[in-house]
Amino acid sequence: MSDTTVTPEISAPDAALDSSRLVEAARGEADHPHSALVRFGAERPLTLDSGAVLTPFQIGYQTYGTLNAARSNAILVCHALSGDQHAANVHPVTGKPGWWETLVGPGKPVDTDRFFVISSNVIGGCLGSTGPSSTNPATGQPYGLDFPVLTIADMVRAQAMLVDHLGIDRLLAVVGGSMGGMQVLQWTVSYPERVVAAMPIATAARHSAQNIAFHEVGRQAVMADPDWRAGRYLAEGTSPRRGLAVARMAAHITYMSDSSLHRKFGRNLQDRAGRTFSFDADFQVESYLRHQGEAFVDRFDANSYLYVTRAMDYFDLASDYGGVLANAFKGTKTRFCLVSFTSDWLFTTADSRAVVHALNAAGAPVSFAEIESDKGHDAFLLDEPEFFAIARGFIDSAARTIGVN
Amino acid sequence: MSPPDQPSPAATGRDLTMRETVRAPSGTRVDLLLIAEMVRPGSRVLDVGSGDGELLELLATTRGCDARGIELSREGVNAGVARGLAIIQGDADIDLADYPDNSFDYVILSQTIQATRRPKWVLEQMLRVGTRAIVSFPNFGFWRMRLDLLVNGKMPSTENLPYRWHDTPNIHFCTIRDFVDLVAEVDARIDRAIALDASGHPVRFNLPWAVWNLLGEQAVFLLSRGK
Repeated sequence: MSDTTVTPEISAPDAALDSSRLVEAARGEADHPHSALVRFGAERPLTLDSGAVLTPFQIGYQTYGTLNAARSNAILVCHALSGDQHAANVHPVTGKPGWWETLVGPGKPVDTDRFFVISSNVIGGCLGSTGPSSTNPATGQPYGLDFPVLTIADMVRAQAMLVDHLGIDRLLAVVGGSMGGMQVLQWTVSYPERVVAAMPIATAARHSAQNIAFHEVGRQAVMADPDWRAGRYLAEGTSPRRGLAVARMAAHITYMSDSSLHRKFGRNLQDRAGRTFSFDADFQVESYLRHQGEAFVDRFDANSYLYVTRAMDYFDLASDYGGVLANAFKGTKTRFCLVSFTSDWLFTTADSRAVVHALNAAGAPVSFAEIESDKGHDAFLLDEPEFFAIARGFIDSAARTIGVN
Repeated sequence: MSPPDQPSPAATGRDLTMRETVRAPSGTRVDLLLIAEMVRPGSRVLDVGSGDGELLELLATTRGCDARGIELSREGVNAGVARGLAIIQGDADIDLADYPDNSFDYVILSQTIQATRRPKWVLEQMLRVGTRAIVSFPNFGFWRMRLDLLVNGKMPSTENLPYRWHDTPNIHFCTIRDFVDLVAEVDARIDRAIALDASGHPVRFNLPWAVWNLLGEQAVFLLSRGK
């Protein structure tokens, strides 16, 4: 997703923040995050869809609010491609607000005064959960491409172990957008009895060919950077900054809409009176994208980007059910609320509707709303009052059904 | 042919005026009370055109129903979901096709059939998806409508139907007799029918359809498959 700034503005990278210091900080987070951490030793291995076994491994996570005595008020928040566990606190690397402070916090729809909110970094990530930038215990070096390829189901399996670790049987709700929404859907299929209410936002039950194509462009940009060193850049002391920045720039376009780009930037020039007849960032939109690329590289590991995008590409919930999505939800007792945004062309309303139809066919209680917004896919992270009203109503009613005040 | 026996509704004695603005002492729209009373407690109900979810809430709270809605307007969906109801944003003219056979005990269309593009198709789908269908609609055969057209020579507009002809979502008006014909055409059976007069009271007597058609300002039909 786009940077954690709630309302991205055009601005040059903050000169006060030294980029190399940020990179060091981000590197440090991989093994020793500024958040809670749970380590699963050899007795608790994680068997992956690929057949590989990940052990030992760790999960970096944050919690907000207080778990009630009945342990019934827990809500799991799932992050998107470039997110992390810092949903509702200041980010330890960038110093920016949490990526979902619009939705999660005291008095917010996911109300941390009432609910115990869990937000964990996905495995394969780079902010404290075991991923390609973590130290491989077998070699003492960063995993790099020796890290096994993951799936969304693997991420969810690891989250379930975290939820077990916290002593929670059943989650009041699982909420997430984009790749986070994929995890929400996977939760309801992998652990239907453990989810009272599910809120998959701006997501799909499978990654489309077009979205796989965008991801492939991003991965090729990373791998084409000579500093990528076949994935061994950490060991060799380089960093594929240009490749990852290009990947981020391309992806960022897909998170916005034609109209939101036009509204923000139009054809406005960046701090200059006219065209320079060069390949400088003449246009504001170019400057903005370059900034987005640069800022991302400071906090995100390039190999993690490869692994996490791959997990999204592999996501196809119906594939284990003979291609019939409704069968994945058969007999589910979970209440669902899906939300899409009109200008989202990455995860469209049609994608959400396909899930709604399958849930209807399975007889599941499901609500669906399409929110009018020109902000594209990123709308789910931004200020969308109608979305907040729906989230609040849905979560409150789910809480009522199980007697959580 | 006469209307089937009409059970005396529990709501009798209250003001049964169908006007949106008139509500029972409980605050509920009275036409919705009448529909809710036709639904067996504890059944699975789909309300097509559920508005802000008022009927769904009534069915869930007073009849213990598993009630779901389809609503076209974004505002309606958002209001309903925010109230904790299961409502899907969708178009009855298209989305009913996506529901499996017999997935509901009742499919309800309240004050909505006149706004559908394909009323016959919608009715057929309702009776495929639900074991029974409940349809309520404004009767264009109501004497005041006829008089209005006769005297003024302009398309009638009433308190219930305030839109002007060129600016109305209501594109397929029908009369009670038209509707009875449609029911026969889709091979459905009328289990119950209630016509409400101008003051909102049920037309009490077993009179021929032609009389109901004149006196009823609104009608509610409970249908099932087969003649």
